[in-house]
Amino acid sequence: MAAIEKALLLSKQFGALISDPVEFRGETTLRVLEAERISEVCAYAKETLGFNMLLDMCSLDHLGEDPRWTVVYELYHMAERTHLRLKTDVTSEKGELPTVSSVWRTADWLEREVFDMMGIRFRGHPDLRRILMWDGYPYHPLRKDFPLAGKPTELPEVAFTKPAPLEGGPFVTVAGGKDTLAREPRVRVPES
Amino acid sequence: MATTHEFEAKDTVARAAVVSRAAAQDQDQLQGETMVLNMGPSHPSTHGVLRILLELDGEIITKAVPDLGYLHRGDEKIAENMTYTQFIPYTDRLDYLAPLANNVAYSLAVEKLMGIDGALPPRCQYIRVICCELARISAHLLGLGAFAMDVGALTVFLHTFTEREKVYNLAESLTGARFTTSYTRIGGLSRDLPSGWVAACRRFCDEVVVNFDESEKLLTRNKIFLDRTRDVGVISAAMAIDYGLTGPNLRGSGVDYDVRRARPYLVYPELEFDVAVGSVGDSHDRYLVRMEEMRQSVRIIRQCLDRLPGGADNATREPINIPDGKTVLPSKDKVLTSMEELIHQFILVTQGVNAPPGEVYFGAENPKGELGFYIHSKGGGTPNRLKIRGPSFVNLSILPALLPGHMMSDVVAILGSIDFVMGEADR
Repeated sequence: MAAIEKALLLSKQFGALISDPVEFRGETTLRVLEAERISEVCAYAKETLGFNMLLDMCSLDHLGEDPRWTVVYELYHMAERTHLRLKTDVTSEKGELPTVSSVWRTADWLEREVFDMMGIRFRGHPDLRRILMWDGYPYHPLRKDFPLAGKPTELPEVAFTKPAPLEGGPFVTVAGGKDTLAREPRVRVPES
Repeated sequence: MATTHEFEAKDTVARAAVVSRAAAQDQDQLQGETMVLNMGPSHPSTHGVLRILLELDGEIITKAVPDLGYLHRGDEKIAENMTYTQFIPYTDRLDYLAPLANNVAYSLAVEKLMGIDGALPPRCQYIRVICCELARISAHLLGLGAFAMDVGALTVFLHTFTEREKVYNLAESLTGARFTTSYTRIGGLSRDLPSGWVAACRRFCDEVVVNFDESEKLLTRNKIFLDRTRDVGVISAAMAIDYGLTGPNLRGSGVDYDVRRARPYLVYPELEFDVAVGSVGDSHDRYLVRMEEMRQSVRIIRQCLDRLPGGADNATREPINIPDGKTVLPSKDKVLTSMEELIHQFILVTQGVNAPPGEVYFGAENPKGELGFYIHSKGGGTPNRLKIRGPSFVNLSILPALLPGHMMSDVVAILGSIDFVMGEADR
């Protein structure tokens, strides 16, 4: 069964909660309009529709927009070889959504990574700790307002308390027109 | 604790059930005080910088907490700040044992976003497949050698490293670099095959199969190796899928999932190869799967060399890049003589390729599993967000569930059989 048919089944079950499917480059994307019900939708997708594998989870930061964050789930149906993407928006005031680690256990570490890098919390997660950065690190590095060069931290005697010497270096290139430049300037001086 | 492989169960599935029951029983019977042992981040069998906190009762592990991030470099943040082409060298450093395969996977992801992955010239596709399979052989040879060394068979390590040297020589003559290859470009390759390379690659294929036979003679029926790996680290098929395992670790558990078959890319549908699957899902099965995969890789490489459009020296001048001046850098002589090509060169170098807004996920079958790239684009030459699904990261997430109940000495066998690389786990 094609991904689009699965998507329609999901829409049929949840009605207005699911947006119309978007197709791009042969992939089907569905938006779940209430982040609070994502675990319910995922559980249905796994148990009834057979999406038995969670390939990946990702978070997007739309700084300056509301809602600020999007969490992306890549679902995979192993027997029928179907891929489906679910997306749901999270506002910066709430910054929280239910965990799907009880649906697929691989979501345990993937959610920890999203929490570590973007600062979105997952309610009901069994062990929501940082995974790549160290415990006690104060920032979430993949947020768009975190500078590429790093930030000085308040913690004494911790490595990387000074920004990395990337300023103006050949490692940072900004492509495109003015919009891109505004989005991620070549060098952003912390706290300016 | 019962010796786990001397059960009466004859068939493999029954054996797996008995083993897991025995492990659960052992855990229930634990009574003594536990102690916490730190393993890593610099430990010979953690293959890089993985740290595991092990809680032990005597010699039995009761709890395992992996600690990652010692090799975190912020690749995803870096990707948001440069053009798609500039990120190619960073992909070398993901799974640094198979840089060629990472280059190909990343380029294909960007090409999928741009909608040009179907337009790649056949010669380019064949060369990319050869690169992927050479990388697979190289990575598996290291994984195998290190695995065998960890469980006490040093000879195999020396054998496999001799062969890996030849892969590096091939990579050097192909790309100019042994490790950091950066071979692909968006829409093609950085250069065509050098003269004499095809013959050298054929020679390598003939030599490496001899090495496979030798390594297999040393290991497959070796009593010590069997004792260390059989029924150790059994992962059931359901558990493997639940934890998102991919690659040889998933197939070792008997799940027939290979991205080259499930969602074919490049010219894989035209090539004949078998997907090796295990039955019990123990460390020995994962070893056998890798062994067979290397043989299949040689088979794929031979087919590609035979069918390579244009032949060894590209006598018919087959293109290796897509014919689009706005995606692939024009040749230098044209840049110096023609206005249009000069403009294209300038735009491509300063602003990058013009990708459309949208989002794609592309997964490729890499030596360690499915290397996935999720690209979210707002248009233009840089990604808005690039998420890397490192297969090692996901494969390692099974450790807290897999290690408890095993002996301390089994940890090295299990880690060796899972065959991870921290470059792509920590990114």
